Amino acid sequence: MMAAPSSALLDVRDLHVRFATARGEVRAVDGVNLSVAPGETLGLVGESGSGKSVTLRAILRLLRANAAITGEVRWQGENLLALPEKRLRDIRGKDIAVIFQEPMSALNPVISIGRQIDESLVAHTALDAAGRRRRAIELLDLVGIASPEQRLAGFPHEFSGGMRQRAMIAIALAAEPKLLLADEPTTALDVTIQDQILKLLLRLNRELGMGLILVTHDLGVVAETCDRVSVMYAGRVVESGPVDRVFTAPRHAYTDALLRSMPHGGAARAPLRPIPGQPPRLDRAIAGCPFAPRCALVEDRCTVEAPPFAVVAPDQRAACWASDRLAAREGVA
Amino acid sequence: MSKAGLIAARLLQILPTFLLIGVVVFVLARLLPGDPVSAALGDRATDEAVNRLREQMGLDRSILEQFLLFLRSAVQGDFGQSIAFRTPVTTVIAERLPVTLALTGLATLIALALAVPLAFVAAVNANRWPDFLIRGVFQVGLSSPVFYVGLILLTVFAAWFRWFPVGGYGEGFADILWHLLLPSTTLALSFSAVIMRNLRAAILEVLNAEFVDFARAKGLSRRVVMIRHVLRNALISTVTLVGLHAGSLLGGAVITESVFAVPGVGRLMVDSIFARDYPMIQALTLILAVVVSLAFLITDLIQMALDPRVAR
Ligand SMILES: Nc1ncnc2c1ncn2[C@@H]1O[C@H](COP(=O)(O)OP(=O)(O)OP(=O)(O)O)[C@@H](O)[C@H]1O
Ligand SMILES: [Mg+2]
Repeated sequence: MMAAPSSALLDVRDLHVRFATARGEVRAVDGVNLSVAPGETLGLVGESGSGKSVTLRAILRLLRANAAITGEVRWQGENLLALPEKRLRDIRGKDIAVIFQEPMSALNPVISIGRQIDESLVAHTALDAAGRRRRAIELLDLVGIASPEQRLAGFPHEFSGGMRQRAMIAIALAAEPKLLLADEPTTALDVTIQDQILKLLLRLNRELGMGLILVTHDLGVVAETCDRVSVMYAGRVVESGPVDRVFTAPRHAYTDALLRSMPHGGAARAPLRPIPGQPPRLDRAIAGCPFAPRCALVEDRCTVEAPPFAVVAPDQRAACWASDRLAAREGVA
Repeated sequence: MSKAGLIAARLLQILPTFLLIGVVVFVLARLLPGDPVSAALGDRATDEAVNRLREQMGLDRSILEQFLLFLRSAVQGDFGQSIAFRTPVTTVIAERLPVTLALTGLATLIALALAVPLAFVAAVNANRWPDFLIRGVFQVGLSSPVFYVGLILLTVFAAWFRWFPVGGYGEGFADILWHLLLPSTTLALSFSAVIMRNLRAAILEVLNAEFVDFARAKGLSRRVVMIRHVLRNALISTVTLVGLHAGSLLGGAVITESVFAVPGVGRLMVDSIFARDYPMIQALTLILAVVVSLAFLITDLIQMALDPRVAR
């Protein structure tokens, strides 16, 4: 599954997001590279605050005025970051859809679910009112909401958390996007519902050939569901590659530590046990590798010179001075 | 509960309010200094005439009896004879109330027409020059007394330019509108400042909501996002504010009607107090209280229509 740059559906290059805040500038995303092939599922993992949500929002330029976004987001030959707002609106929701992290606050409390689905259909399809209604019912049914016809008139406060999450997914899927950006679509839900939602997303990914970026804290979920994974740390992608490669043969010390912090026996769905130490502050420039202060494999140059995001194996990249040592250790073990 | 049931419940809740208002009105009227009988007859009336009138007005009975009588006739819509007009109180009020309702209604419309778009512009440009300009101008509006603004408008637009009449009330829709435009604007200015401030803050709050980002993520146009998602949610709190101001708007009408010689119930109230026209004062207070309660009810209904969460 080689994803050459030209065949990529979405190609994010050297993305930077800086927030102007009262305390100064925050470099929330600091040189992110990502790519997703058509129909591919990319897992995006990393500690809380590593910039996963900001990256997703930056792709569709959904951040507020205090955010400065630079870099390139290649989508079908165009740079979304340079596109006029009006053109971008045709892509938002139609080609690329998102599911936000917070199902409780992402739906408008005073507009019915049916209307909130209908809005997307009005914006992106040529269906008439009756056709849109049929499609809305179909969508609610697709995401597993019982008696969808009655539910159309319902309001978010009448929906449980799981149903709101599904409703949000239904809205995102309204125009059959080619790529879905799903930001922790299951974190707010209990385990059984988590499972149903994940299965649903994967089914759509298979049946509709929809590309998927799945943000999650849960490495078990990534192992089960994703083709490729990108690991974020302090606003950067530090390692990316096929899931089976990255998880069995990590080439970045952070990925390695992350995997070691997981309980043994490959217990899926176990929450991450944090690595000792704190991620660096994002309001000042970081010399060298941002993980160096917490790294077990740190060497002198790590704190001075940032390692390049280099190809370390076929289709696997890592930005780590210790990648060779990680590879060597593997050979011994 | 169904919407109709909710409305019925809300209506029932109003009844004890009315009773309480009745008590307050009755007591207040008795607390006013001066004697209504001597006010009606003047100082030189004979004792006999005074006694006859006292009897007629029921003032010779016990307080409790007086109250029950007052309640009974109030329910029947009979508030007695006006001492000043010497006609039934209700006849006078029926003539004057629509004037005040038109005045305050028009003032509300003007206030909203000024405040809503400007609050929107101010919020969207928060802490940039359009925002500072709009807030500055409204701050002046908010801190100017109603009668002062009224006098300025009158001097400029009625006396100098002669675009508007200096006072009175018209006949027919257009004429009435022409007569009421200056007084309504006067009444509307500080009200619109209050609405503007509230709505601006509400819009800023809604702009921070996740569902606004999600609406943008759906590819909706900026107009749809701003109007359907932002403004609509922000207006819910504004509706409450407008409703709660019904009372102070009527209070403002008292001054405005006096400045512009508008023959509404506000001026009638002032005149009646000076004339110690007890029956008129009682009836006016009661009716104005009813009007305010109805305004609250209408506010509730609009809120129910705007916000599905209220109906729980
Ligand atoms: N609007 C903003 N203004 C300033 N800083 C922000 C803003 N939004 C996010 N940040 C900062 O950017 C960094 C990355 O945040 P982000 O939400 O992307 O993390 P995340 O990886 O999604 O974390 P989580 O797993 O907790 O969702 C954080 O340090 C956060 O505080
Ligand atoms: Mg996040």
